[in-house]
Amino acid sequence: MKLKSLILAASMGLAVAAAQAEGVKVGMITTLSGGGAGLGIDVRDGFMLAVKQAGRSDLEVVIEDDQRKPDIAVQLADKMIQSEKVDVLTGIIWSNLAMAVVPAATAQGKFYLSPNAGPSPLAGKGCHKNYFNVAWQNDNLHEAAGGYASDAGHKKAFILAPNYPAGKDALTGFKRFFKGELAGEVYTKLGQTDYAAEIAQIRASDADSVFFFLPGGMGISFLKQYADSGVDLPVVGPAFSFDQGILQAVGAAALGVKNTSQWSKDLGNAANKAFVADFQAEYGRLPSLYASQGFDTANLLMSAMDAADVNDQDAFRAALEAAKFDSVRGDFKFGPNHHPVQTIYVREVIQEGDVFTNKIVGIGLKNHSDAYAADCKM
Amino acid sequence: MSTILLIEQTLNGLQFGVMLFLMAAGLTLIFGVMGLINLAHGSLYMIGAFAAAAVAAATGSFILALIGSLIAAAIAGVIVEMTVIRRLYDRDHLDQVLATFALILIFSEGTRWVFGSFPLFLDKPAWLSGTVMLPFGIEYSLYRLTIILIGLAVAGGLFWMIARTRIGIQIRAGENDREMIGALGVNISRLYTLVFALGAALAGFAGALIGAIQSVQVGMGEPVLILAFVVIVIGGIGSIKGALVGAILVGLTDTLGRLLLPQFFGLFMDASAATSVGSSLSSMLIYILMAGVLLFKPSGLFGGGH
Repeated sequence: MKLKSLILAASMGLAVAAAQAEGVKVGMITTLSGGGAGLGIDVRDGFMLAVKQAGRSDLEVVIEDDQRKPDIAVQLADKMIQSEKVDVLTGIIWSNLAMAVVPAATAQGKFYLSPNAGPSPLAGKGCHKNYFNVAWQNDNLHEAAGGYASDAGHKKAFILAPNYPAGKDALTGFKRFFKGELAGEVYTKLGQTDYAAEIAQIRASDADSVFFFLPGGMGISFLKQYADSGVDLPVVGPAFSFDQGILQAVGAAALGVKNTSQWSKDLGNAANKAFVADFQAEYGRLPSLYASQGFDTANLLMSAMDAADVNDQDAFRAALEAAKFDSVRGDFKFGPNHHPVQTIYVREVIQEGDVFTNKIVGIGLKNHSDAYAADCKM
Repeated sequence: MSTILLIEQTLNGLQFGVMLFLMAAGLTLIFGVMGLINLAHGSLYMIGAFAAAAVAAATGSFILALIGSLIAAAIAGVIVEMTVIRRLYDRDHLDQVLATFALILIFSEGTRWVFGSFPLFLDKPAWLSGTVMLPFGIEYSLYRLTIILIGLAVAGGLFWMIARTRIGIQIRAGENDREMIGALGVNISRLYTLVFALGAALAGFAGALIGAIQSVQVGMGEPVLILAFVVIVIGGIGSIKGALVGAILVGLTDTLGRLLLPQFFGLFMDASAATSVGSSLSSMLIYILMAGVLLFKPSGLFGGGH
């Protein structure tokens, strides 16, 4: 795997002499095999697209596959820190893996830039000056979904999410902004593929709407089974359940569903237009929000590299905090706990020709921060 | 909680159970007849689902897709048996586990190579979509009902085959004494290939049936494989009857546990904590069931003298 990653890096014209003094070495640990591979591949491809476009000789990326297993992620992080001597770690998709890796890595003086996972402990009490989240705090998109569900007039929601840190953050986030009451709250197994039991509970409840957070293949299974169940309550969810990578597999069952996202392919800023076109040209598919997060992470990193030397940690950290790069989300800035303060949009699943995709239909939360920033003492 | 919900969940448990049976039947036959632990059985499930998705995309016919899944998985089974598995019968279980685990990796990466990392689209046909009204006002998914009926029909067919046909007699004889039936002039290597292909076809068929309501993606077989192993350990390794009883037991325990445990904890805890504890415990329930069965019947419910 390591060999493969190195060949990949070399083929993209990135391999630089290991002993180079000012260069930055990035260790990317992400999920490239197994059920959640689509997410990791999107983050990697988005990240590497930005790296390739920049064409820098002072940036080296080592990519490894964590197979969505916390123990493997920890081993990889140890190896990258101790034998690869990386300066910056990034790439982790899943919050349970992030919780296993990030605190140890930042304690050893490495920077960690999260392109996806944003578990609540790392935004609040467990925040760290070397930890930056470029995507969102886990609760954010769900908070917007809760707010949207209230605005849309839903009074009684049935909510479900997988039983792992991000799942708990999801339901907490939804409840924080949802004004109605809950008809039911269910945690499912992470990686569960059959939702007949949960759908039967939805049918038996007196809910008027359903909110679910089921990323990757879990969401595909749920939506197909839900569409076939005869339950026709409106569905609201975060973008993860309706992202570009899974919509084709869900098909028409997802049409019209509202979901919340900090990014969408139809955002009109120039950086995003170029990103969507370049990503399609490079990989032959539409980018997902995971790809946009990977792309932003790489550009943030390179903006800091332009401003400071990574060995001068204080200067490099200040350069990261400044976030002087053209985000595909438009304006981008960090809050005091190094998590984004950003606008979250409401999107609708539509069909463009043969392709299912999303379009923005409104704004969920404007310049939204997270609920944990106050607990963070850096 | 209403009776209707309970009946609907029982049906869901039954559907989950018969799907597990399709997987477990092949696994237990292969272990019973050849003494082989086949970890790659989940890969055959995945191959069935991918073959079905490919055929459905090309022809638009769900029936053809199901036939395609049977054929593709059986062919994959025959190829694997003749090239790899055949060399493993005389080795110990550790070698078999190692080699078939390698097969999982090869199949997963090979599938990713051919089809890419993103899930494929496979949907049930329009004539199986929607719901049917069962007696007592129960609204149930027509497709899931069909899976239950198909699963029970396959189970019936397997029992008939094993009890009444010549090949069934050979399989039973093979389970009892492998060397003796070879000495009696039965072409043992052809029998092994045939049993392996049959197990593979059943797994592929399950993959295609389930793929239509879940996601067709690389790695979809492994979670099911683990459950199938739990089923055959509970039912007794090598026993088809055990696989059926074990599968339905596991299906019902899992589905009803997910419904009832959170409610049970809700009696004396606040709602959010009860949901959390209940869901955690319900995902362990089938393993607790397995441990309980092994405590009283170490060779499983219908295990013989293996």
